[in-house]
Amino acid sequence: MTDATANNVPASSVHGGSLLSQNVRTRRRNAAERRFRLYGVIAIGLSVAALLLLVSSVLNNGVSAFFQTYAKVEVMLDPEVLDPKGNRDPAEMSKVTTIGYGNLMKDAFPAALQKAGISVEGITDKEIGDMLSKEAPAQLRNRVLADPDLLGQTIEYWALATGRIDGYLKGRVTMASAELDSNVSPAQLRLADQMREADMLETRFNWDFITFPDASELRPEAAGLGVAIIGSAYMMLIVLFLALPIGVAASIYLEEFAPQNRLTDIIEVNISNLAAVPSIVFGILGLAVFINYAGLPASAPIVGGLVLTLMTLPTIIISTRAALKAVPPSIRDAALGVGASKMQSVFHHVLPLALPGILTGTIIGLAQALGETAPLLLIGMVAFVRDYPSWPVDGFFEPASALPVQVYNFTTRGDPGFVERASGAIIVLLVFLLCMNLLAIWLRRKFERRW
Amino acid sequence: MSIGLLLLIVVGLGVIGYFLGRRRALASVSGDPRRLHSLPSQYGQSVFLFTVVPALLLLVVWLMAQPQVIDRQVRGMVAADGSEGAALSLKMADVTRISEGLDALVARSAVTEEQLDSMRADFSDIRGRLAEVGVAVGADVEPDVFQAAKARRSLVGTSALMMSLAVLALAAAGFAFALNRIGPEFRARNVSEAVVMALLIGSSLVAILTTLGIVLSLISETLRFFQVYPAREFFLSGVWNPQFRGGSDLGIWPLIWGTLYVSFIALLVAVPIGLLAAIYLAEYADKRVRGVAKPMIEILAGIPTIVYGLFALITVGPLLRDYFAQPLGLGNSSSSVMTAGLVMGVMLIPFVSSLSDDIINAVPQAMRDGSYGLGATKSESIRQVILPAALPGVVGAVLLAASRAIGETMIVVMGAGAAAKLSLNPFEAMTTVTVKIVSQLTGDTEFASPETLVAFALGLTLFVFTLGLNVLALYIVRKYREQYE
Repeated sequence: MTDATANNVPASSVHGGSLLSQNVRTRRRNAAERRFRLYGVIAIGLSVAALLLLVSSVLNNGVSAFFQTYAKVEVMLDPEVLDPKGNRDPAEMSKVTTIGYGNLMKDAFPAALQKAGISVEGITDKEIGDMLSKEAPAQLRNRVLADPDLLGQTIEYWALATGRIDGYLKGRVTMASAELDSNVSPAQLRLADQMREADMLETRFNWDFITFPDASELRPEAAGLGVAIIGSAYMMLIVLFLALPIGVAASIYLEEFAPQNRLTDIIEVNISNLAAVPSIVFGILGLAVFINYAGLPASAPIVGGLVLTLMTLPTIIISTRAALKAVPPSIRDAALGVGASKMQSVFHHVLPLALPGILTGTIIGLAQALGETAPLLLIGMVAFVRDYPSWPVDGFFEPASALPVQVYNFTTRGDPGFVERASGAIIVLLVFLLCMNLLAIWLRRKFERRW
Repeated sequence: MSIGLLLLIVVGLGVIGYFLGRRRALASVSGDPRRLHSLPSQYGQSVFLFTVVPALLLLVVWLMAQPQVIDRQVRGMVAADGSEGAALSLKMADVTRISEGLDALVARSAVTEEQLDSMRADFSDIRGRLAEVGVAVGADVEPDVFQAAKARRSLVGTSALMMSLAVLALAAAGFAFALNRIGPEFRARNVSEAVVMALLIGSSLVAILTTLGIVLSLISETLRFFQVYPAREFFLSGVWNPQFRGGSDLGIWPLIWGTLYVSFIALLVAVPIGLLAAIYLAEYADKRVRGVAKPMIEILAGIPTIVYGLFALITVGPLLRDYFAQPLGLGNSSSSVMTAGLVMGVMLIPFVSSLSDDIINAVPQAMRDGSYGLGATKSESIRQVILPAALPGVVGAVLLAASRAIGETMIVVMGAGAAAKLSLNPFEAMTTVTVKIVSQLTGDTEFASPETLVAFALGLTLFVFTLGLNVLALYIVRKYREQYE
């Protein structure tokens, strides 16, 4: 339609040219039109490209976090060393520290290599031992303590390899970079090659990344998201149980009962302003009020949950009000007409009809809260936490981490292995967010009613 | 008794009350509900509400007030030797830590209550025992601190016990009172609806309380900051150099400069792209393109900022450094104003585009038709008719985006760097207000030094800035809407 207007009108009437050929001015105007259109396409292309680049960068860096390299070690679990008293009592056995297990493995590993016919020339036993993660003896210890009958047997144990060996198999570490790296030598990498050919070194899917707690700065290979996922889940529970009822109650009051007066106005303005307050300010509020004033424990999910509740409330209130507004007045009138009280008409008729909309809004609010990082940094969720919090309600008051904060935590560490972990954690976070948003869309599609 | 159990008991009592109330109401009219004033379930409801609501309110109030009361009593014990100010608050922190450590010791049954009673700071190795449960105490524990810690512990214990008793007593009293009132003449519906109404009003006051909490905590801590640090220096000095031993320079200007610079670059990216995308989607795109492109752009708004931060840190930062900053000799830092600005710009695109989209769609069709009728091409109508008409709204959208940019934290924490500088080079690392709030408040902080308190002053500045921008933006958008309604 546009082209038609541009082609027909000016060319013939103003400058007296032919209808069939465009004069200079028309051509210029049409070119400007096409250019302008192109700008729009470019803008959309750039935004979509940015999105794709973002997602692919995260996937590229992060997928490898879900795979981990393990080395096969045949360990003779010597009862003399691991259970000196010989009574198989786990309490007694736990007196043997990880160092005892570490020594066992350090001896067993080179021996196992020789048995498999892999030459270990030009590399010291210490270097060979250093190819295993420092976390491996601790894991072996846990396994033995859980099952004391293993003592005295020779077991085939798949031990975590260090982050550098893992990085070599994933292509992050190369011979050239190993030359410059004090934590790994080319000899170790060559040995890793040989081990891989002898099927003593393999990379497999890494459930531990999702279930294990965080690990220290030097052990990226053992760092997991277990505590962070539990912490985030606890906070979401708190947000759900506080923000949903409070938000819905507030919306019902404002939408159905509130008289038009000063107070109502103030509340409305307040809610719309709260929605735009930077999230970090909520963190300051949490620190000043919940931790310093009320004395709640720092880095506990309860504080995080409360802060996120306050942050999510405006979102939930705004969407709930929209959902309530969408219920036609005839429903209320009908309820009132058959003798229901105002309260009954709202709770028995309006609220159930608005429920899908409310739930959709709540899920979106929760998704927003799940990804929020800044306020949690201020209330101490950055702390290094290795112990799983216990079950709710007590667990709400124990230190935990949160998924987005764990990502930030990973990025502040020096070892390059943590870049992969951080991106992997983002993938987990994005998967959760995707699921929540899909649920919200599904709810909307399934239950949305047009009146 | 743990709070969870207490909650469970109170709610359980309420549920029992519901059924008893219902039954009692029916019994009072020998099973003929028509003779009751209200529905039987409303009698039950009134008992439930009277049992649960006052008890829970008491619980919340008690939990909020308890730390203050205990703190005041313990403070008296420690302050006996005349210590004041920072020394006193250090001591109080010790008391809190030690008493929590003692709790942990008892919980692990490393010490019994009797042993604890006879423990004295000058004889037993408190420090070593506390280290067992992961509580690190700086110096050896002074006797008065230890006594205060023990006193605090027993106060906390007594208070928890009294709280449980009081809450249960109140729940039982409400239960008995409400149950007793039930009779055919009792207006249960009015009563329970009045309580529910009060709850609804209370919930909507949470928003006001939150704002109040934010404003009060920011202002009171900021005043404390200005007591230990001159306000003139804070507002006028151009140097930001916190020293944790004291003698810091805490001028806000380098931070404000960094914030504005990053936000400016972000808007430079977001406004043209967002606006053009919105124009294309509103005016040119057919339904199919719109159905794909619009959600794609909106996904950008749903991605958490930590993801953008990581993107800046591991992808954009090194890219800019290797291909722009280093070859051009402009610097060799991967975190820079440019990195943070670009990534933040991407984050802001959906804000600008979806708001502008709404605004452009709100321009009346008659204006477009008039312009076409005069022979303008589509782009001419957009540039000369639609955009000028939509301008106030677009300005509002840009202001909202600017307020987002100023308050954004994770992208700048991970992308902009930590050095406070007043420089023009966009490839240099600079820092922002939000970065400094995070860095001054994370870690083990002592809440009396100007170096931590400054974070509250920064927070207040940020709050005032963003609030001002928002109010202005909402005002403009509202004015604009009225124009065409």
